[in-house]
Amino acid sequence: MERVMDPVAQKQPSALRSQAETIAFAIMVAALIVAPFVTYPLFLMQAMCFALFACAFNLLIGYVGLLSFGHALYFGWASYLSAHAAKVWGFTPELAILTGTATAAVLGLLAGALAIRRQGIYFAMITLALAQMMFFFALQAKFTGGEDGIQAVPRGYLFGLIDLRNEMAMYIVVLAIFLGGFLFIYRIIHSPFGEVLKAIRENEPRAISLGYKTDRYKLMAFVLSATLAGLAGATKAIVLQLASLTDVNWPMSGEVVLMTLVGGLGTIFGPVVGAFVILVMQYKLASVGEWVLVIQGVIFVSCVLLFRRGIVGEFAHKLRIKL
Amino acid sequence: MFEIFGIPSTALFGQLLIGLINGSFYALLSLGLAVIFGMLNIINFSHGAQYMLGAFTAYLLLQYTGLGYWPALILAPLIVGISGIIIERLFLQWLYKLDHLYGLLLTFGVALIFEGLARNEFGSAGLPYTLPDSLRGGQNLGFMFLPNYRAWVIVASLVVCLGTWFVIERTRLGAYLRAATENPTLVRAFGINVPRMITLTYGFGVALAAFAGVMAAPIYNVSPQMGSELIIVVFAVVVIGGMGSILGAVITGFGLGVVEGLTKVFFPEASNTVIFVIMAIVLLVRPAGLFGRRG
Repeated sequence: MERVMDPVAQKQPSALRSQAETIAFAIMVAALIVAPFVTYPLFLMQAMCFALFACAFNLLIGYVGLLSFGHALYFGWASYLSAHAAKVWGFTPELAILTGTATAAVLGLLAGALAIRRQGIYFAMITLALAQMMFFFALQAKFTGGEDGIQAVPRGYLFGLIDLRNEMAMYIVVLAIFLGGFLFIYRIIHSPFGEVLKAIRENEPRAISLGYKTDRYKLMAFVLSATLAGLAGATKAIVLQLASLTDVNWPMSGEVVLMTLVGGLGTIFGPVVGAFVILVMQYKLASVGEWVLVIQGVIFVSCVLLFRRGIVGEFAHKLRIKL
Repeated sequence: MFEIFGIPSTALFGQLLIGLINGSFYALLSLGLAVIFGMLNIINFSHGAQYMLGAFTAYLLLQYTGLGYWPALILAPLIVGISGIIIERLFLQWLYKLDHLYGLLLTFGVALIFEGLARNEFGSAGLPYTLPDSLRGGQNLGFMFLPNYRAWVIVASLVVCLGTWFVIERTRLGAYLRAATENPTLVRAFGINVPRMITLTYGFGVALAAFAGVMAAPIYNVSPQMGSELIIVVFAVVVIGGMGSILGAVITGFGLGVVEGLTKVFFPEASNTVIFVIMAIVLLVRPAGLFGRRG
């Protein structure tokens, strides 16, 4: 991707850089602890699931430069399997979420192995086409419930002990999953593995000439991203007690792109901010019906033309820090 | 009435015909995508929406000005093509120096705007578009009944596809276009206005989509989401064919339409997904696509 990494910010002393990230992280955690007492916990839980989804997507586009236009595939199928495991197989919620996440990992491995065979723009088209194929499978398969989806999924008892029908207990679980996923992604990005990913983003032929098997790195990043997207989808199915075609259809893939773009491609906190902004917007605009589509389109166009760094990217650029 | 592989011949030829019709649209749309990509290096995600706009323009021309199918077949591509030129001048021209992906994201946004506006105005239900009298009726070929309009669609799109191929591969204008694709700086040095050529190319590609939309209007209903469903399949067609060759795009488009039609006869459950499955197989066997160059 063009200029996601800010050259100015890179020159700053590393102490300040890591401090800025730590402070931002502390603010985020504090806000998420206070928030359920201020606003609807259910909305916050949903927003955290989408935030994790967007962070997973950002791992690919922001740090490897790969635009997947089919991430609804992993989010949606994980949510189906998680809902099915909880409802039909009677799994406890943590096992149901694991089932969904594992499904996404396998699907990510299969789709990723195909998609990385082509570069750039083709990669985006292939991921979109594969996601559409799996959408049709979801439409036809018996267990997904077709147009109705899987409804009234039981939240169940965590480890067989803690009743998740309690909104606060559920909130803490979702918060833990979100923070866990977020820190895991942070860890990936700042590992030697993550440095190779960034090298591939900047100049893949160079990375190959240095002896890196870039296809393996790309596939690994793809599987990680799909798995984390699946974790988000599986959790969402338990929280909202619903898995439906909406989660697996192409507009969902577009939405996660939008969230990440609005928040800031290639920033750690951008996807979180973007997810909250877009979800709040959808709630506020629920009454205007199809205008949501038009407004989303306008945001896409204006972000690409005027605002490529996104909210967090722009903020970090102004303050000359890295977020 | 006779049977082939246990399938009544009328059903088989009927689906083959539908396959050819769908193939015409795949060919026209993937041709437009390839032409635009060649010149602008942008994948035009709004191609489906512009196909939908073509159909709606024809519908509105009929409703409000009484202009029928034949004038619409010229006017709608012209109007939508001009709207494409405006989009290129307003938005796309700022993206050529950036990563390809921004072009995809921007045109995706444009597609959302068009589809949202159409849904607000007309709802999601399909609107019927009446056939011109001159194309009603059909021919009995002995083994099947061939509606005149469907025959016209196949012939017309073949002519347009081959015409485009001829202009790009065999004329002086096409030579300039191909040269500008390879090395715009050098072509500009020869005194050719490359930015204007880029603008007109986008307008032409968009007009092709609108042309397909007008032809589709009498067959399918005119509806806001007719484009978004189609464009994803066309993306798969483009991945299979590769965008390097014009004739390749046309052949792949028609071929896949026929394969899809045959799948409807022999294995109806898979007819929605067969093109995607073929894409996956092609990626495994020939990653560059059937007619593509590596890269």
